[in-house]
Amino acid sequence: MPVAVPIEHVLALAGLLFLLGLIGVLVRRNVMFLLMSLEVMMNAAGLAFVAAGARWGAPDGQIMFMFILALAAAEVAVALGIVVQLARRFESLDVDNADEMYG
Amino acid sequence: METAIFYIAALVAALATLRVVTHVNASHALIYLVVSLLAVAVIFFLLGAPFAAALEVVVYAGAIVVLFLFVVMMLNLGRTSVDRERGWLRPGMWIGPAVLAAVLLVSFVFVFWGTDAKTSGEMVGPRAVGIALFGPYIIAVELAGFLLLAALVGAWHLGRRYLEERRGADDFPEEEGANAEEAAPEASAEGNA
Repeated sequence: MPVAVPIEHVLALAGLLFLLGLIGVLVRRNVMFLLMSLEVMMNAAGLAFVAAGARWGAPDGQIMFMFILALAAAEVAVALGIVVQLARRFESLDVDNADEMYG
Repeated sequence: METAIFYIAALVAALATLRVVTHVNASHALIYLVVSLLAVAVIFFLLGAPFAAALEVVVYAGAIVVLFLFVVMMLNLGRTSVDRERGWLRPGMWIGPAVLAAVLLVSFVFVFWGTDAKTSGEMVGPRAVGIALFGPYIIAVELAGFLLLAALVGAWHLGRRYLEERRGADDFPEEEGANAEEAAPEASAEGNA
């Protein structure tokens, strides 16, 4: 039961979610919360793509959403490996510790 | 009626995402993230994208968030990390980024508000998505495969040393115990002598 909603409402929601994620990336110091905020931002971008696809009834928006999904999965796999290394090396999840890594 | 469901889901998504960003406990923030993703899945379904909604539930809420939860459990973030997080999140830190982001949001909404365009309200099913995905987008599918392979190799490489050290740490007491058992009879024999 798809509905016709004004596209600017969907895009405003996507912008709101994206900016919440952006604020999270700017404010948080815990690297786990940084990654969660990144997920929120990518999800908001996917919402904008799906909304644009639904605007013209085309499948392209969903396809771009699937690519964002693949990107998010790849990013999370690598980033969580880095988080584990960071936590083991510095005994802390403060992302500011990582500025001491040289080479 | 369905339009009201859209706005309710949008409200739930916005509030849950707000709690994700502001929460001090990682596990609770992840639960809120699941709620937010499920609300966005409802929105996808209402926009006529059932396949994207299913993928949102299965891959995002089902796989990615569970991966986060595994790492949170493995790192054993307890009471001390919650207290430290509370110390890091002073209210004054929020003002600058929040004001700047709000300005960006206002200008973003101002650009396209009042376009009077509506979503089509028709369903774009998995069949159409699959035909387009393996037709004009086949190169992008292969590139996504490369990306996932590179991520697999990278994640394995990053996690390998951690796992090997864990395994070595687990083996070490056993070896010590074995040496102690071997050494003990000698000591007792010397004691007897």
